[in-house]
Amino acid sequence: MNFGFSISPSSHIMMDDVSRKRFDALKKTEPDIAICMSCGSCTATCTAGANAEVSLRRMILMLQRGKDDEALAMASRCLLCGKCYLVCPRGINTRHVLLSISKCLGHDEDI
Amino acid sequence: MIIEGKQKIWADYQKEIPDDHYFYVRSCIRQSFFPASEVVFLDITRNKLGKDFFENPYHTTCGGIAYHSDAIPQETAMTIIARQFALMHESGYENYVCSCITSFGCYTETLETWREFPELEAKIRQFLWDSCRKELVKPKYLAHASDIIYKFRNEIAAKAMFRLVEAKTGRPLRVVEHIGCHYAKMFPSKGVGGAEYPYVLAGMIEAWGGEVIDYPERRQCCGFGFRQYFVQANRGYSLSNTYKKFESMEPYKPDFIITNCPGCPYFLDRWQYVVAEQTGKTYGENGFGIPVLTYEEVAGLVFGYNPWDLGLQLHQVAVEPLLDKMGIPYDPAMKYKGVNGKELGTPAAPQNIRFK
Ligand code: SF4
Ligand code: SF4
Repeated sequence: MNFGFSISPSSHIMMDDVSRKRFDALKKTEPDIAICMSCGSCTATCTAGANAEVSLRRMILMLQRGKDDEALAMASRCLLCGKCYLVCPRGINTRHVLLSISKCLGHDEDI
Repeated sequence: MIIEGKQKIWADYQKEIPDDHYFYVRSCIRQSFFPASEVVFLDITRNKLGKDFFENPYHTTCGGIAYHSDAIPQETAMTIIARQFALMHESGYENYVCSCITSFGCYTETLETWREFPELEAKIRQFLWDSCRKELVKPKYLAHASDIIYKFRNEIAAKAMFRLVEAKTGRPLRVVEHIGCHYAKMFPSKGVGGAEYPYVLAGMIEAWGGEVIDYPERRQCCGFGFRQYFVQANRGYSLSNTYKKFESMEPYKPDFIITNCPGCPYFLDRWQYVVAEQTGKTYGENGFGIPVLTYEEVAGLVFGYNPWDLGLQLHQVAVEPLLDKMGIPYDPAMKYKGVNGKELGTPAAPQNIRFK
């Protein structure tokens, strides 16, 4: 039956089934990610974000929810320009966080 | 944990609810979606609990649907609301109780806006006088009808014929409670338990013997949203929201869902059919859906009303599995018979979700 509209896949995440191993490892290197308040200033100012899907706010959220691969794919598009560092109201060294995401998530054996 | 401290914090989340003498206003959409709920509410509160509820026949829509779909400006919606308040005062009441969550949200928003901007209140007062020659007198107290049932939940439990337990085994029924967003998410202090711990429906479930399910998307919106729903192409947003909630609650095997909003029970109920038609998936047992009931319907079942008098045959998802679990007798032959045995017609059978 054609209803004229359809269902998007559920974005629901069962936290019990999610491994936060990598996120916890990242938190050790970058304790500041715990103080991100998801304001989105980094995303709004992102140089790469104007042309590609890059959002540090979303990356942090993805990592908290165990969506490591998606976060890593996004981090790989970052230009490391550091504009987000200038605007983060929490003073998070976002550029360093982005480097650590690639480092911690890119190499399982380092954890 | 320091219990006294917790109790002190919890006290801030409580809402005073008056004991008696209420001016009751119905909901436009609930009367068509769940036609017996308001009648049952009045019957329970007036005749079983002995409370004074007054209805004024000149009450109209609160304008909420038009307001939320940007068809009328806020001043127009406020003037409509000011007129309802004037009717309450003319009828000699000061406790205003509304059946609809959309209305409740509009009323709280209006009262808070007037508090912040008294000059706007003065303007609306003048609009009301110019258009209707009526005097605006604000209610002393504003409650949602579910607050009233919550307040008297233990009195209802004491008179209950049925409890929210599986009759055969004595197992408490697992219940999902879904609270309308406009109940406490906009103005948390106006709802029992605030926005973080809304307790209005959980209190009823516990008092009547059931077990509250805490699942990840518990506070997620049902997906109704006037703008999402009114435009056909946007309905996917609404449907996807509901779908996400069902995916989230599924592992906890809910026996039924209780709601206190007009839109939530409607969409949680009807979208189960659309999800089943589009994906083949159903969330209840044996190909059925999960029954979705208003709190008045649940109170009615607990009190022992005939399920067909509660209008449960007008739900999309069949309620019989729930009635069987609770041990409530019903006559299947009377399901689609209206008042005085009038034939209501039988709906066409959906392909993927069982309805009998
Ligand atoms: S450092 Fe990366 S994430 Fe931050 S603004 Fe530049 S491109 Fe965007
Ligand atoms: S700007 Fe800072 S606080 Fe805001 S979302 Fe980005 S990292 Fe988090």
